[in-house]
Amino acid sequence: MSIAMAVVEQVAAAARDAGVDSVQQVRLEVGELAGVVPDALDFSFELACAGTALEGAELIAEPVPGRARCEECRAEWPTGMPPQLRCPRCAVSTGQLLSGRELRITSVRWAGEPEEPEPVRVREEC
Amino acid sequence: MCRVVDLQQSVLAKNDEYAQRLRADMAARGATVVNLLSSPGSGKTALLELELSTARQRGLTVAALTADLATENDAVRLARSGAPVKQVLTDGLCHLEARMLAGHLDGWLPEATRLLFVENVGNLVCPASYDLGESLRVVLASVTEGEDKPLKYPTAFGLAHLVVVTKTDIARAVGFDEAAFRANVAQVNPGVEVLLTSARRGQGVGALLDRALAAGDGAEVHRPVMAVPSAHHHS
Repeated sequence: MSIAMAVVEQVAAAARDAGVDSVQQVRLEVGELAGVVPDALDFSFELACAGTALEGAELIAEPVPGRARCEECRAEWPTGMPPQLRCPRCAVSTGQLLSGRELRITSVRWAGEPEEPEPVRVREEC
Repeated sequence: MCRVVDLQQSVLAKNDEYAQRLRADMAARGATVVNLLSSPGSGKTALLELELSTARQRGLTVAALTADLATENDAVRLARSGAPVKQVLTDGLCHLEARMLAGHLDGWLPEATRLLFVENVGNLVCPASYDLGESLRVVLASVTEGEDKPLKYPTAFGLAHLVVVTKTDIARAVGFDEAAFRANVAQVNPGVEVLLTSARRGQGVGALLDRALAAGDGAEVHRPVMAVPSAHHHS
């Protein structure tokens, strides 16, 4: 819930800065190892949005798989969940996490602004 | 004008900033914060009670802040050690955040405090995501909780600087498989130390205190694989 509230707070602040009073969509990158359950986030997001500029906004959580690399043998592997952070090949405890801890608002879509007309392109060059 | 705006903001960036500031403030006044995380009923308070009284016997200035959803029972227990103790009621919030902690310390934390133990709300999910400006993050599990606890709560155990097993005095009675527990810890946090403790027998109490003091003195603290600072900040 606190994560959802933090998301709403930050997007609401960005909306204020942009002079926008309604947000349509929020895109979030959620790493496999970020400690956030996407379903729970969805549910809390809706609650946290109530009464804010984000009321009714859609949350799109893009999962980022956990990946790790061994600093010794350079093997790379998907960490899985629960994560395997020891190198499955050489068992040396020097794994390095490449991805999976992301918890980041990547983009937002303001509501109410006119859709930018698609530029008309003459597709001759293709 | 484009309707979709690239924001590229880490959700936890604000807390991380407050935590960094608090860590620097604490360091400037010679204090070290130890963040204690565990499930409810793991024996955090019993162990902390002993840590506080042992520290005082050693002539160390210690203090404790304990956070709970409700009741001041823990503060009453901890205050028996004679150390300054503050109870924080989180009013339904399941974890502490750095800014909240800083607010509670403001005007309360005694000037000469060397070690501040923060007993987080009993919960292994949300507290794991919030840096409190600690120099040492300790995650505790009792022998009754099952050897797979580290796999069930990989973020909490994966980000620990030190893992503490509590209630080892009843380990045999409850059939605790220490090797399996250690293997599970090593899977999510390779290289982290696992310290066995028993508040009843006083086992590991001094060792935990030593680890906290060492962290405060700038000794190198274990760096968990999962602790990727850039994960929150890259853009």
